[in-house]
Amino acid sequence: MSDRPNHTQPATDGPLADSLLAMGKFLRRGETSEDLRAMFLSGGRTGDVFYRDRWSHDKVVRSTHGVNCTGSCSWKVYVKDGIITWETQQTDYPSVGPDSPEYEPRGCPRGAAFSWYTYSPTRVRFPYIRDVLADLYRTAKKEHPDPVDAWASIVEDPSKAKRYKKARGKGGLIRTTWDEALEISTAAQVYSVKKYGPDRIAGFSPIPAMSMVSHGAGSRYMNLIGGTMLSFYDWYADLPVASPQVFGDQTDVPESADWWNSQYLIMWGSNVPVTRTPDTHFMAEARYKGTKVVTVSPDYTDNTKFADEWVALQPGTDAALGLSMGHVILKEHYVDKRTKPFEDYMRSYTDSPFLVEIDTATGTLVPGKFLTAEDLGLSAEDNADFKPALLDISGTARVPRGTLGHRYSEKDKGQWNLDLGDITPALSVMDLENWDGAAAEISLPRFDLTPEPGQEHAGGSGVVQRGVPVVQLAGKTLTTVFDLMLAQYGVGREPLPGQWPADFMDASTPGTPGWQEEHTGVPPEQAIRIAREFADTAEKSGGRSMILMGAGTNHWFHSDTIYRTFLALTMMTGCQGVNGGGWAHYVGQEKVRPLTGYQQYASAGDWNRPPRHTIGTAFWYLSTDQWRYDGLPANQLASPLAKGQFDGRTTADCLVDSIKRGWMPDYPTFNRNPLDLVDEAEATGKDPVQHVVDSLKDKTLAYACEDPDSPENFPRVALIWRANILGSSGKGNEYFLKHLLGTDASVRAPEAAEGHRPVDMVWHDEAPEGKLDLLATADFRMTSTTLFSDLVFPAATWYEKYDLSSTDMHPFINSFNPAIAPPWQTKTDFELFGQMAKRFGQYAAKHLGKRKDMVATPLQHDTPDAMATVKGQVASGAPLVPGLTMAKLKVVERDYPNLYAQWSTLGPLTEKLGMVTKGINYQVAPEIETLKHVNGVSSTGAVLLDTDKKACEMILAFSGTSNGRLATAGFRQLEEHTGQKMAFLSEEHEGSRISFHDVQVQPRSVITSPEWSGSEHGGRRYTAFAINVEHLKPFHTLTGRMHFYLDHDWMLELGENLPIYRPPLDMHRLFNDAKLGTTSMHESGNAEVAVRYLTPHSKWSIHSEYQDNLFMLSLSRGGPTIWMSPQDAEKIGVRDNEWIESYNRNGVVVARAIVSHRMPEGTVYMYHAKDRTVDVPLAETSGKRGGIHNSLTRILMKPSHLIGGYGQLAWAFNYLGPTGNQRDEVTTIRRRNQEVQYR
Amino acid sequence: MKVMAQMSMVMNLDKCIGCHTCSVTCKQAWTNRTGVEYVWFNNVETRPGVGYPRTYEDQEKWRGGWTLNKRGRLKLRDGGRFKKLSRIFSNPKLPEIHDYYEPWTYDYDMLLNSPSGEHTPVATPKSLLTGKDMKIGWSANWDDNLGGSLETMDQDPLLAKMSEEVKAEYEKAFMFYLPRICEHCLNPSCVASCPSGAMYKRAEDGIVLVDQDACRGWRMCVSGCPYKKVYFNHRTGKAEKCTFCYPRIEVGLPTVCAETCVGRLRYLGLVLYDADAVAAAASVEDEHDLLDAQRGVLLDPHDPAVIEAARAGGIPEDWIESAQASPIWKLIRDYEIALPLHPEYRTMPMVWYIPPLSPVVDVVTNTGNDGEDADNLFAAIDKLRIPIGYLAELFSAGDPAPVDLSLRKLAAMRSYMRGVSMSDHRDESITEAVGMSGPQMEEMYRLLAIAKYEERYVIPPAHAEQAHDLEEMGCSLDFEGGPGMGGAGPFGSSSGESVPVAVENFHSLKNRQTSDRPSSPGRVNLLNWDGNGTPEGLFPPEDGK
Repeated sequence: MSDRPNHTQPATDGPLADSLLAMGKFLRRGETSEDLRAMFLSGGRTGDVFYRDRWSHDKVVRSTHGVNCTGSCSWKVYVKDGIITWETQQTDYPSVGPDSPEYEPRGCPRGAAFSWYTYSPTRVRFPYIRDVLADLYRTAKKEHPDPVDAWASIVEDPSKAKRYKKARGKGGLIRTTWDEALEISTAAQVYSVKKYGPDRIAGFSPIPAMSMVSHGAGSRYMNLIGGTMLSFYDWYADLPVASPQVFGDQTDVPESADWWNSQYLIMWGSNVPVTRTPDTHFMAEARYKGTKVVTVSPDYTDNTKFADEWVALQPGTDAALGLSMGHVILKEHYVDKRTKPFEDYMRSYTDSPFLVEIDTATGTLVPGKFLTAEDLGLSAEDNADFKPALLDISGTARVPRGTLGHRYSEKDKGQWNLDLGDITPALSVMDLENWDGAAAEISLPRFDLTPEPGQEHAGGSGVVQRGVPVVQLAGKTLTTVFDLMLAQYGVGREPLPGQWPADFMDASTPGTPGWQEEHTGVPPEQAIRIAREFADTAEKSGGRSMILMGAGTNHWFHSDTIYRTFLALTMMTGCQGVNGGGWAHYVGQEKVRPLTGYQQYASAGDWNRPPRHTIGTAFWYLSTDQWRYDGLPANQLASPLAKGQFDGRTTADCLVDSIKRGWMPDYPTFNRNPLDLVDEAEATGKDPVQHVVDSLKDKTLAYACEDPDSPENFPRVALIWRANILGSSGKGNEYFLKHLLGTDASVRAPEAAEGHRPVDMVWHDEAPEGKLDLLATADFRMTSTTLFSDLVFPAATWYEKYDLSSTDMHPFINSFNPAIAPPWQTKTDFELFGQMAKRFGQYAAKHLGKRKDMVATPLQHDTPDAMATVKGQVASGAPLVPGLTMAKLKVVERDYPNLYAQWSTLGPLTEKLGMVTKGINYQVAPEIETLKHVNGVSSTGAVLLDTDKKACEMILAFSGTSNGRLATAGFRQLEEHTGQKMAFLSEEHEGSRISFHDVQVQPRSVITSPEWSGSEHGGRRYTAFAINVEHLKPFHTLTGRMHFYLDHDWMLELGENLPIYRPPLDMHRLFNDAKLGTTSMHESGNAEVAVRYLTPHSKWSIHSEYQDNLFMLSLSRGGPTIWMSPQDAEKIGVRDNEWIESYNRNGVVVARAIVSHRMPEGTVYMYHAKDRTVDVPLAETSGKRGGIHNSLTRILMKPSHLIGGYGQLAWAFNYLGPTGNQRDEVTTIRRRNQEVQYR
Repeated sequence: MKVMAQMSMVMNLDKCIGCHTCSVTCKQAWTNRTGVEYVWFNNVETRPGVGYPRTYEDQEKWRGGWTLNKRGRLKLRDGGRFKKLSRIFSNPKLPEIHDYYEPWTYDYDMLLNSPSGEHTPVATPKSLLTGKDMKIGWSANWDDNLGGSLETMDQDPLLAKMSEEVKAEYEKAFMFYLPRICEHCLNPSCVASCPSGAMYKRAEDGIVLVDQDACRGWRMCVSGCPYKKVYFNHRTGKAEKCTFCYPRIEVGLPTVCAETCVGRLRYLGLVLYDADAVAAAASVEDEHDLLDAQRGVLLDPHDPAVIEAARAGGIPEDWIESAQASPIWKLIRDYEIALPLHPEYRTMPMVWYIPPLSPVVDVVTNTGNDGEDADNLFAAIDKLRIPIGYLAELFSAGDPAPVDLSLRKLAAMRSYMRGVSMSDHRDESITEAVGMSGPQMEEMYRLLAIAKYEERYVIPPAHAEQAHDLEEMGCSLDFEGGPGMGGAGPFGSSSGESVPVAVENFHSLKNRQTSDRPSSPGRVNLLNWDGNGTPEGLFPPEDGK
């Protein structure tokens, strides 16, 4: 062009080069730039065609990943020539609205690498069996043509049984046929049902939300045969026990798009870029609208990159920081100044104005029980014991509406709500118009002291004296929960007596920012600033301060106390139930949004009720004999002010006590076959329930948990699908191998010595090894679980089946669709259980027939069972009354020969009894009629559920979130119950149904439903408890409000009636593990250091899933690693990438060191679920394969998790139960021989 | 003025979560095949860190990019073509495989096929190059999240350049992520380095490609590229590189890395630039002036003169409209918050970055004292953990001013928007302090925070009437040693036995897909399989076979 600037000169470097390039210019069809530097080419791109060709594909199929990350991301799966090639994310989610970031794209590198599994060499293509067992079985079959008899001949011969059990996990898997695999697995089940009882068969498959039908098909099978489904949420320690304690709800949290609405966001022990990858952008983007972001984490984490401030605290001390922040907020917003919106919120939605009696029984004044209507002499009220009272500002005691007592009283219909009416509750006794100045100096426990020399065995507990204002009423000395909170948090007021801090910096007494620094290492200025900003933001924004919390704070033994300090912050600042505010707990949480339909399908509630659902942690604790090594005296955990209820008992005894009281479930329940128990009763013409009660009384019948090592109480068969218990979640992994499986293990701990053993359990000198007769696993890849299994079923992957997925991270329901048919001999989980049901029926016709089964279930949450324990007083010696002082007992009919017919059709109970979710009964007669047309009917006229797609249709039709008619009907019920208007929340969708086809086309937004506590009404973002706060629906707790205070006897014994700081367990003191921080010399001449051993979630895997994926391995260090600080590395003379061994009483791990300055001294990370399958050498310490991350952990029971039958402390499946926590462990690490051996 | 269109990308590092989804989706789609196991067209680096390949930014060592000669003219840093020709058969500036990493796999099949033995089966690492056992000592992302920082951090070439001392200390730890693809430079030194004329920049959209038929495997492009974003396929003997996903771009789809970015930090769009002004801009003497010089090359798509010249240059109308709606133009020129990666390489890179904010260092004294800060919640830019000097070494040839201004704008946006979102209060004194109006700030906020799909990616589809240009026009068998014998460059006749990828694609698949199994012949290593063909053992046998 003519107007070329004259400064343009040929810009290359010499005539020769110019001429060369010029030659290229003529050889090419392109156009070079004037200065001959660049060549432009248009057309004739022969060489480019490669990439165009590579990109070509035949079709794109929508599916997702059924992995327990709760991502529920919709993906495009590309298919070429009938082969899955790769995947990219879908971007077609319904919009969040014009002024918010959208949910596209959702996904992460793990998901993007999934298709690798489809054809990878670790894919399980055929059914497998271990050669030893195959030999035994095939030989036995010659002698015993009947499969059940053949199985019996093996397992009843101790030497044969030992042979195949001892071989577990040591290779030798050989191909078998589906026919043989089904034959053996069902024969083992039929044998076990017949000989020991159906509750000796256990099923484990976690997180239904990640693929509801794949989970439900197996769960339905288990529940039809009377087997036991194990919980996972509590077992994974992902259940925040504080949630049922405080909210009366399992877990309900905001969807991730609601992070965007926050104005102050603390990420506390939750590294969202790694663990909530698809959602992190909402946090990053919220910063742009002025949200301040704070991270609390011991290491410099991925999310700290986004933070305005990084709070680097000592692991496990979070509650101290939480408490001190509460101290600042209470002082500044409730004492120095009184922030009206906060106070109003506290009065309406929390238990803070409720009255608590000061207990003088032991001579020391301590907080006791809630004052109830009964105490006030209002016995005429229904359920007066369960109607806690408060004081009106005028000084009169009042019983407000909405309590537990109102919930279950016909007389109080319409009164179960949070409308205070004419009551103005007094938060503090001091606020009373007629308070006379009376105060009581109460004693409060503390657990944060350094033990006196010589008293280390007792731990560091003590007492502080602080005054609370009191009134006398009904013959009792009373104060409010709020007053107790101020005392607990160390916020003094004139003229109260007691030990109070002088100011925020005063470290002499618990509660202050100054005090917390000694424990957390966090500068008090920072604690004060964050607390202040959190509260000020909440005040100005109407509650839009949020705490996003996760495994880093929830996997501790004392996580319930940690969480209660967090939740208290959100409650005292009025943030719960507000968009952009409140708690946001994300670890292992799941949300089956179409809950009611899923539950009906998976529990087989259409055929029989109740199902056998149990607490996974207790099941494994007993069956893997970890209880034998525990011996933890329960009173070691108790408050110095305890009354001695735990004296002389171990935590294992507490578990047995809880089961016998009907607080918690346990299967096997009795030391007899529950089928035989009914037969016996019927033979004598006795009521079977009475027969069981009488037999327990005369001791001819006992609980299995009292003697878990006696063969009749062993679990006999375990079916595992969608899970890797032995490579991932199995806390105390080595104990699993030793006692449950009977194979080699690296357990290093001694068993509990005499005098330290449980008193309520039978001790066998010889611990059993190999309790389990059959471990059968379905998976598409090889894991520790498949390696140790007797039978391996080849499963279809997530790109090879139909299913449903949902999560609490987003408000959509998503679909799985097959991009290809299941290849080789793989089958979907649905198909597997269908075939198994057919086969079971065949063998059952001869061996079992129709039977009756005695099912014991615990006192259940969201039912009147929650009123079984008056005032949470634990009585001893009460007469056995099923459903009150012990489990409920019910006879359930098992039509074993017709198992498949039941499994594959909808049973009659759905229509007859309806479906109950959280206290609301859903009637679905019209939906059943529709389903008959959608799914077709069986020869008996029942709705067919014989394909995965039909099961999906049933789940969607029977749930409020996907069926507007049901949601609205549910709200109308709730309106009658509460007297509050709510039906309008879903009426806009009353005619809407989400069908499976709908979710195949696009992820669909759910409908607001009483199945959950939040609202999507009008297109708003979901946040938990919005319905409670906006529509005055009570929380499912004792007071109907959120609870700071818990008055159950055991909570008082533990000193945890109020939020409190408890340090991590001292493993040195309790179990003689190495003392944290010490260095020593190993016999090999290598130095060792004892460090805090944490297992946070990994960037390169989702638990053990993807940890074996070549892409993830290529992007990381290619095998198991332990992150450590330069200081610790120096102590043991190890350099980056050198091999180390890490061990404690529970086992040993071999890994390579990653040395990084982002790690704090004294703490190491082995990212979660490094399975033993990839690059794990033999350990020097044991001579065996180096273990998994859970080789260094063991189950520890916390009694507060075992409470049941009282208010919100009542069991429901995956709702409440002991957690499989693992964060308190300490490990010793040393550099090992660098020449590692693998075989 | 010669107006040309360039497809470009901006990555907002402030939003990058370091998840590597982009790397995986890119690798799955493009480079999971033999010969390029070690190749990640898109990679993500933790900074501070050594990068991939290791220390690639050390141009004293690798000698990539351009420099100025005594006369102030551009010359390839590693000497001109003459110098290169003199050592065409040994190129010492070429990264070796260990500078990337030695790719490996595992004998996974042992998990299923181990006979009964003493121990639990395990899959052990095997080199994908030699098939032998190996101890893994480096990977595609070895120093992720500061892993091994004590061993490697001091090798970060940028730290060496900084005057400020950065130590690997817990208390002062900082990190951020740097995703990288080919820069599709306006002044590409790879193209200029290629003796075969096999590299070219597409006329319509500026995408830089390697003609697989013409490439003779001299690898001068590998050493010539200062970003080390041209790779050598050791199986085909050809250079390969990021294609900006042109098969997708041509139909209006974002690149794989952009669309799959879950941090939502990538922006795609056209910019118009003056091709005649490139050389001069790349030749400005002071490295600190390169940023402005490059900004100056970009043309205002709303300027009538530019529009007219664009039309005259044959740029279609809807492309001009796309350039006007381009998020790239806004981020680079309107808001001036995006900066180029290493402008001092003088290649005029066209993937730009918004620098990241970071937490404060000193938590005790911090009270938030930025002048622009309404609520006093956010820290001053100079209190942040990431040293400005470090970012300046990345984005502005060491000049702190542009980085500082960019970060100030981000901080001001946060302060201003906090007023809006907390109390609908608009304090324009905040935006004025960084030279912006309130409405402009809110526009920028929408683009950065709300960032709808249609606003992140403004891609005009290729014109149907040009479709014939995009098709394979030559005979696919027209390669060295094949029928036709065409396509040879000046050095082509001696350039080896490799076959063009396009041909290899059709004929060589079955061999390649089963050739890298270290432990189990007959099984397929998926990382090496490119999605074509049906190698044995990969799929279940069809019925009846």
